Amino acid sequence: MTNHWNDIANSDCTLVIGGNPAENHPASFGHIMKSLDTGGKLIHVDPRFTRTSAKADIYAPLRSGTDIAFINGMIKYVMDDMDKNPQNYNMTYVTEYTTASFLINTSFKGPVELDGLFSGYAGGVNETDGAKRTYGKSTWTYQLDDAGIPKKDKTLKDPNCVFQLMKKHFARYTPEMASKVCGTPLEKFLEVCRTYAATGKIGKAGNIMYAMGTTQHTVGTQNIRAYAILQLLLANIGIAGGGIQAMRGESNVQGSTDFGLLSHILTSYLKQPQNTDTTLAKYLERTTPTTKEPNSVNWWGNTPKYMVSLLKAWYGAAATKENDFAFHNLPKVHAGKNYTHIALYEAMEAGIIKGLWVWGQNPLVGGPNVNQERKAQDKLEWLVAVDLWETETANFWKRPGVNPADIKTEVFLLPALNSYEKEGSVTNSGRWIQWRYKAGDGPGVAHDDLWMMDKIARKLKELYVKEGGPNADSILKMAWDYGEDHPDVHKVAKEINGYNLTTGKLVDGFPNLKDDGTTSCGAWVYCGSYVEENGKEVNRMARRDPTPDTYNIGLFPKWAYAWPMNRRIVYNRASVDLDGQPWDKEHPVIWWKDGKWTGDVADGGAPPIKVDPKARNLPFIMTAEGHAKLFGPGMAEGPLPEHYEPWESPIKNPFSKQQYNPAVIVWRAAEQGTVDKYPIVGTTYRVTEHWQAGQMTRNLPWLVEMQPEPFCEMSEELAEEKGIRNGDRVIIESARGNVNMVALVTKRLKPFIMDGKIVHEVGMVWHFGYTGLATGDSANLLTPHVGDANTTIPEYKAFLVNVRKA
Amino acid sequence: MAEKAILYDATRCTACRGCQALCKEWNENDEVIPAVQGGVKERNRGSYENPKDLSTRTWLKIGFNEVEHYDKLDWLFSRRACMHCTDAACVKVCPTGALYRDEAYGIVAYNKDICSGCGYCADFCPFDVPRLDGNRILGKNKMDKCVLCTQPGLNRLEIKQEPACVKTCPTKALVFGDRDTLVATARQKVAALKAKGFTNATFYGEKELGGLHVLYVLNDTPDKYGLPVDPKFPSTATAWQDIIQPLGWTVGGLTLLGLAFNFIIAREAKMTKELPGKAGKGGKKHVAE
Repeated sequence: MTNHWNDIANSDCTLVIGGNPAENHPASFGHIMKSLDTGGKLIHVDPRFTRTSAKADIYAPLRSGTDIAFINGMIKYVMDDMDKNPQNYNMTYVTEYTTASFLINTSFKGPVELDGLFSGYAGGVNETDGAKRTYGKSTWTYQLDDAGIPKKDKTLKDPNCVFQLMKKHFARYTPEMASKVCGTPLEKFLEVCRTYAATGKIGKAGNIMYAMGTTQHTVGTQNIRAYAILQLLLANIGIAGGGIQAMRGESNVQGSTDFGLLSHILTSYLKQPQNTDTTLAKYLERTTPTTKEPNSVNWWGNTPKYMVSLLKAWYGAAATKENDFAFHNLPKVHAGKNYTHIALYEAMEAGIIKGLWVWGQNPLVGGPNVNQERKAQDKLEWLVAVDLWETETANFWKRPGVNPADIKTEVFLLPALNSYEKEGSVTNSGRWIQWRYKAGDGPGVAHDDLWMMDKIARKLKELYVKEGGPNADSILKMAWDYGEDHPDVHKVAKEINGYNLTTGKLVDGFPNLKDDGTTSCGAWVYCGSYVEENGKEVNRMARRDPTPDTYNIGLFPKWAYAWPMNRRIVYNRASVDLDGQPWDKEHPVIWWKDGKWTGDVADGGAPPIKVDPKARNLPFIMTAEGHAKLFGPGMAEGPLPEHYEPWESPIKNPFSKQQYNPAVIVWRAAEQGTVDKYPIVGTTYRVTEHWQAGQMTRNLPWLVEMQPEPFCEMSEELAEEKGIRNGDRVIIESARGNVNMVALVTKRLKPFIMDGKIVHEVGMVWHFGYTGLATGDSANLLTPHVGDANTTIPEYKAFLVNVRKA
Repeated sequence: MAEKAILYDATRCTACRGCQALCKEWNENDEVIPAVQGGVKERNRGSYENPKDLSTRTWLKIGFNEVEHYDKLDWLFSRRACMHCTDAACVKVCPTGALYRDEAYGIVAYNKDICSGCGYCADFCPFDVPRLDGNRILGKNKMDKCVLCTQPGLNRLEIKQEPACVKTCPTKALVFGDRDTLVATARQKVAALKAKGFTNATFYGEKELGGLHVLYVLNDTPDKYGLPVDPKFPSTATAWQDIIQPLGWTVGGLTLLGLAFNFIIAREAKMTKELPGKAGKGGKKHVAE
């Protein structure tokens, strides 16, 4: 989240798209309600009318997989309206704080000229050769002046400036086209545009909330890019009640991301080293951005300090300047190789991966094309599953339809403690790191994750000493000292915060980290969370002081700790004008008064732009440009969001000949369903009563009673066409498999009328499996092994199926 | 002490059903499903709503009603549990005094120890709330219903805690407090809804049956939420308590049994006709699935 949960109450309009907070983030709805209590509006855009839609002022249906057509249509609406009514928008923000004025390489071409593609594509339209489904980005660049600074036209008139290129790009996304592609009634679409565009006015705030309905598409990352562009044009980033909120699906999933759960990052979003990084210098050169923009803060320019401090935390005394701070002990990935979920299970099936450690997750319910993944797991030599209950993943060897004797995998099940049976921190979606205490003992021999990890690390060290082995130093040289019997969670938290190694004291804030080996820090964004105040160690994460902030906008700066630097709203410098005065004086986030910043912790900290024109004080401190990037050259499939149909789609892409995302990896081309066999759009989701892959909830009687079985929601029209009555058992089939579920026939799903053609959509819950108190088919028996071009998150949310009565 | 009440604002309810789950957990009504592998009795019947009905182990249940009103589709959620009527028919007909009006809180309290299991409360409740297991004529089982978290040993009110359902509500759709205050709040909420264009918005529970201790803010008429529009104190309940029941005690067990049996069958037919909200036993189901 750019903002945080409490801040939603400050919003004049909340746009929920690709999310269902009432059902999947029920506590969040209290904050949304607060915004509604004070006259705010709620818009819900979703294929289904859900418990969130029931509370919305406006509900707009859209066909799964068409977010970009919808949001691009909104962007066009805003850009057209800016021409007519510039007084309704914050044009200073757009000109000064975004890259709208930046001039782009004259050789750059976009989908208007290239039939859906951008310049630099290695293949042709609808390329099937995987090696050519990629872009060279030499034309996705800025025009530079002699000093290497991007050229700008602050009148926004130059035909090659980003603003004009956007006008050309988004011109095709007319309301009629948005309505035709998304299946949203035209008037409903326009109502959304009118209502949300009203937040562009200075003093108004609009906030976009999304979840997996946005990300789990082949264009998932571009969906979010589209939201970002819309929010920047409306000057909604950095302000109270604004921003883009990723609603995280698990209590500590923000924390796990902060700690490098994903394959492309280390802790705190430092990039994962790869085989071409033969020295620390080479790694730092590749991963540290530079800037010629005189006022850009370019915070990532500090990468060397954070990386060296991380190596000092991990390798301690064994990390010296002479040995590149033990950089060579870090495992490296192969450049260009994919290490995400789908790729891992493909590698398992190919016999490349022989062992799997599954820690608090249940991929054999949650993974895409889960039939294939179940079979892939059969090839493992060993499996370790850590969880509170036996899961489908742990029990795969005795799943229905297999003979346990045929499966040779050795399986270890380690019983774990739940979050209330251990002490530690939990980081919520709003980046608040909150300390929790142990409330009770767990059952039997269950242990907490830290205990297990400590035992394993120590045993590994012992074995390496005894037996040796490849890369022994990676383990042997690791600094590992968290106490003898049970590891001390406070020692871990302090290591994460970091030390000044000269004084031995805790470091208070990452501006104090160094790249010379004199500081250590396990996760730089958490630096400042556990510090020394007046000679006493203070765990700021444990603070429970509800004192309001200076301007009483719900920041609660003394409640727990928020990364980075206890900043509650990131990019908050965009909430003030060039003089440091807030755009919205009723809800000021920061305010330059009497020569200093007041309110939230200001990004960067330098004086306002007009107060000190030489300072590094541009608001978007995490970009090298210092400006927010309307034009995003870092993306795999193009610097501006372009609509492509899902990998499996009921229609031909009306915007271009390029049918689906030209840069995605296709693993199983033969398993692509076609509309003649599978004419119905399928999507998957969760319900309030169950949690993720169900291991936590399908064993609890109260929850099982409320949602005992998997179901498939469908419209009354589709049910009638197929002769299905509410409550019947139905079979839903895709090119990958089929499931048997209860039909839930409802008015809340309606067929989409697109260009006169009727397209049906059905929705299925995916929580279920063959283990636990409540069992049933997971919708993931149907979903495809294809993912987003940037992240490879699977396309769970839009695929093709057919439905019949069982 | 001022009378207490729960205010349920249906326009704030997201049907997360935290209340339904916590009601069971707090009141130790969770044994309904055997916790064994594969052992689930419950089925999905084409609805989010489950279990199917209130029971001796389900004292609170959220209903889901799909309606089209004000020119658009809506999904109305409704809380179903004991309404804690002031003029409570169940109290009137209870032969043992197990059900009684709690003077401190104004709610319909219950002394389970002296319940004879006769089932008259279930028969006469205009909201069809009390439930008994098994054979009510033989009186083998005890009645159960919401007692607003005043069960002995689990009494939240006496330790100045709100009922469990209120405690868990994330959107403050459920609020507990002095009834007078909540009545004023509810009036304001309904006025605001009407001003917003919900012309049929209703404050339900203020006057019904002498005043309910569960108050409802609705954005439409009660029937849209599966609530009886004009719940009445059954006139037969008075007759039952004041004439037939004493007579029954004097005539003796066998006569009582015969009378009761006749009476129940006759009245059952009559109630289905007279009280639409009471429908459900063979009648039209009043909560959409």
